[in-house]
Amino acid sequence: MTDFVDTNALAYSGRALPAAQQARRVRRWGWWYQAEWRLRGMKAYWTSAVGSSLLTPILYLIAMGVGLGTLVDSGSGGVAGVPYLTFVAPGLLVSTVVMSAGSELTFPVMDGFKWSKLYFARAATAAAPLQVAVGEVVAVGIRFVLEATVFWLILVIAGVVGFGSWPMIAVAALAAMALGTPLMAYAATLEDEGFQFSLVQRFVINPMFLFAGTFFPLESMPIYLQWIGWISPMWHGTQVARLLGFGLPVPGWLVAVHLAFLVALTLGGTVLAARIFTRRLAK
Amino acid sequence: MRGLSRSALSVAVDKVSRVPVIEARDLTKVYGELRAVDAISFEVASGESFGLLGPNGAGKSTTMRMIGGTSLRTSGTLLVNGLDPEVNGPEVRANLGVVPQTDNLDGELRARENLVMYGRYFGLPYSYLNPKADELLAFAQLTEKAGEKVDNLSGGMKRRLTIARALVNEPRVLLLDEPTTGLDPQARHILWDRLFRLKEQGVTLIVTTHFMDEAEQLCDRLIVIDHGRIVAEGSPPTLIRQYATREVLELRFGSERNGTLVDQLRDLGRLEVLPDRVLLYTDDGEAALAAVHHRGLVPVTSLVRRSSLEDVFLRLTGRSLID
Repeated sequence: MTDFVDTNALAYSGRALPAAQQARRVRRWGWWYQAEWRLRGMKAYWTSAVGSSLLTPILYLIAMGVGLGTLVDSGSGGVAGVPYLTFVAPGLLVSTVVMSAGSELTFPVMDGFKWSKLYFARAATAAAPLQVAVGEVVAVGIRFVLEATVFWLILVIAGVVGFGSWPMIAVAALAAMALGTPLMAYAATLEDEGFQFSLVQRFVINPMFLFAGTFFPLESMPIYLQWIGWISPMWHGTQVARLLGFGLPVPGWLVAVHLAFLVALTLGGTVLAARIFTRRLAK
Repeated sequence: MRGLSRSALSVAVDKVSRVPVIEARDLTKVYGELRAVDAISFEVASGESFGLLGPNGAGKSTTMRMIGGTSLRTSGTLLVNGLDPEVNGPEVRANLGVVPQTDNLDGELRARENLVMYGRYFGLPYSYLNPKADELLAFAQLTEKAGEKVDNLSGGMKRRLTIARALVNEPRVLLLDEPTTGLDPQARHILWDRLFRLKEQGVTLIVTTHFMDEAEQLCDRLIVIDHGRIVAEGSPPTLIRQYATREVLELRFGSERNGTLVDQLRDLGRLEVLPDRVLLYTDDGEAALAAVHHRGLVPVTSLVRRSSLEDVFLRLTGRSLID
């Protein structure tokens, strides 16, 4: 094999930034390098992610609009004063994005610690464990925004919501982060094979989806089941999305409560995850 | 290849300066009840090739991780290029290339992408990383595999890619944790050759190994670690001179008889009785073998060889390195 490079200059080509400068840049941008890597990794399932982002809303629109919607509308004349499809669409957008948090921030996190051990490779670079955790959150946040945007565009094209409802994209992404970051912190604590995730899916995420007022107003549930909605990021996100989608009457203070709840969970989850990452990557 | 590398090494030794790259004082790491690293002190000079030799579980990897700041020490002081890795982690690691014991490459990415993406974590721009990745692939003899998914590479190729990856930020110090474990002899020799070239360019190498030949090949100086403590320190020839004789006579009498013949051999030199053989330390192996035969003892096989670091370790700890 021929070495076409001058291996004598390999160690110090003089082209690399000096170490002190490398460290300065990483102290500022380390989180973004991790996000960059994670987004590049999503390339592997890019087509299936885009496909399902497109297909899910279309299937929901047909099933809920044409199927269930017709039945509800002819029976009760709609929900909350609007056709059933208009009522349910913002909730479907929010819950679809929130559901993807259950896959993006569980097994991939476990993989980084346990199977590929790539987080340990990151810890050996100039980046800090905290930046690795934050980078993951940022990358997945970008993915949520893209997913929500596709869903929202389809709703706009189908005439279900207007252009002015675009902030619901951010609300959906925020709701997904509110569920995703605490899940990520939990995933980072696991040392075994991650069978807990299917329990989380079945007994945490699914009930939130079914009992969080996505398909019917939470108030129509008996009071002793309404708490599931109150602890569910999906419900809080959905209520704000409905306000944006068709003007569901939600008082200003309650909007503030909904958003504050989501922000608090997101920040709390991120801080917790960053701590667990730091503890596990620098024992 | 061995001869050539030896001369390269002696040239490189002249470049060793007296500035310490690493200064460890009473470095200690305790996990619960276990004192994994127990008050070890050492210095590594710039350009030196320094070895940590010891059996599995001796505390070598923990020491390496403490140098990179990815394991927090329990007590003691540690300076890497004058900085504390626990305080100035990014600054310390920007000067280090880390080759971990098990490859943690990104199996989903291509070989070349692995180098580029890793380099991003040092704040390096793509305009630097793209040509650098090609140079490193050539250095690691992986040019043809640039576009190959890492999962499809052989063990030796992955190891070389991991070493190439560690060089992407042009570090002054390379930490190699068991660099050739699991590689076949040919792959090991290719790797050693690459490491010599780096040493010639003044890169400080810190190598952990439980292979004697590797330590003798690669290290100017080493510490022998057992149960987290330093049991000896020096260059390979010095250690061999100090703790072993010039030659070793290996005798196999069969597993039952090995132990029973000790009394009849004791006066010929220092003895180590292993389950499968008896080692007799002497300055003249052939003469000792003649003496054994003269006493009417007939070994199944016999071998006279030069003493190695394996013998030093056996002498110091009473155990062989690889059980």
